[in-house]
Amino acid sequence: MNYQDKTHFYGKIWIWTAVCVVLLVPVSICVYYNAWPEMTAVFKGLLGVAPIFWTVGTIEVITFTPMLGTGGSYLAFVTGNLTSIKVPSAINAMESAGVKVQSEEGEILSTIAVATSSIVTTLVIALGVVFLSILTPVINSPILQPAFKNILPALFGGLAVVYINKNVKVAMIPMLFMMILFLLVPSMASSVGILVPVGALISIAGARFLYKKNLI
Amino acid sequence: MNFNPNSSFLYGIAIFVIVFVIIQSLFFLIRAYRQAKKIGMDMKQVNKSIVSTAIFTLAPAVSILLGVITLSKFMGIPLPWIRLSVIGAITYELPAATTTANALGLSLAETITDAKAYTAIAWVMTIGILPSIILVPILLKRIQKGLINLKNRDEKWGELFMQAMFLGMISAFLGMVFSDVRSGLPGFIPLFVLLSSAVLMALCGILIKRFKIKQLENYALPISMIGAMIVAVVITPIIQ
Repeated sequence: MNYQDKTHFYGKIWIWTAVCVVLLVPVSICVYYNAWPEMTAVFKGLLGVAPIFWTVGTIEVITFTPMLGTGGSYLAFVTGNLTSIKVPSAINAMESAGVKVQSEEGEILSTIAVATSSIVTTLVIALGVVFLSILTPVINSPILQPAFKNILPALFGGLAVVYINKNVKVAMIPMLFMMILFLLVPSMASSVGILVPVGALISIAGARFLYKKNLI
Repeated sequence: MNFNPNSSFLYGIAIFVIVFVIIQSLFFLIRAYRQAKKIGMDMKQVNKSIVSTAIFTLAPAVSILLGVITLSKFMGIPLPWIRLSVIGAITYELPAATTTANALGLSLAETITDAKAYTAIAWVMTIGILPSIILVPILLKRIQKGLINLKNRDEKWGELFMQAMFLGMISAFLGMVFSDVRSGLPGFIPLFVLLSSAVLMALCGILIKRFKIKQLENYALPISMIGAMIVAVVITPIIQ
């Protein structure tokens, strides 16, 4: 087995173990407190979130796995926070090193970036929990609130410059579409997760058109 | 048994899950690092990538901690801590807790004391997020096979395809900053923050390319992100 095949092998073992660990959390709480929930309450709760989040979850797998590579995908989908940390980390690491996403170097750097960001995030949250009483007033202070409220624009502004620079013509089509869409329907901001694959599809269709017409 | 959402039992489960995540991350990190050495990659660049990723991750990680704090008022600390360290994101966990609490007629303003309500929320949070983890081992190889076929058929188009995918994702977040601009000047704050981040990244690019300050290459993204967050702190009180 080569490195890639072994990554699939170990990745599957880890991810299925993670599924068991994740399921073990509510099971152990129910058993310990002898408090199994009413099925209707769980069903009602799921009705409110599952249709959207199952769709988003499926779309995220299709959209992000090509960007993250094998090791990065097996790890990032367990540790979560894909759009705000894992995907930008992987993209940035590969971009800084000048390697392509589907090369072996890209695969390795993406895995390293996802693993590093997972460890740092987990440690920051753990430290935050330990020092919660000291940190809560600082993090919740009105002075710092705008910084955390605007973390996504602060992150994607920089990333955009790098990628738009690579191909301005391809970038214009999805950017204009999204700008107009959000201006016309501001409430879509809460569903940005669903719009990521929409943007990707528009971008791919636009790129294909320009490519076929020999414009790029 | 009396139920306490901050009990030592729940903290024990949280620590178990957190240790699992760290071991898994270390496993992948060490394997990839060894492979990088084996194929003769520039290890200085690999080390720089690790440091730059760690710096870049700090600010978003603090914002996740903010999510733990937000949810902890209602659910105690252990469950939000678990959920936001594994698979979850505040954009999912908060609606999951809210909809289940509403279904049970509970207020999010008070700490939960009913064990059955607590486990109902824990199940909704868990089941609602499962597809994104279960589908990876099922679909990953097929998706990769499709991409390899695409690249083998036409290499230039294969590369353009990946670029277009990245741009599609980025464009969704760029468009999002325009969602509040119709509400007046304060609605422009996210746009100003995004532009500040873009300007800082462009400045880093100039310093790297024109002035050959290569060390900046790995730190351009953390610099532009943290710089733009500082801009947000400065301009928000002025504009509002």
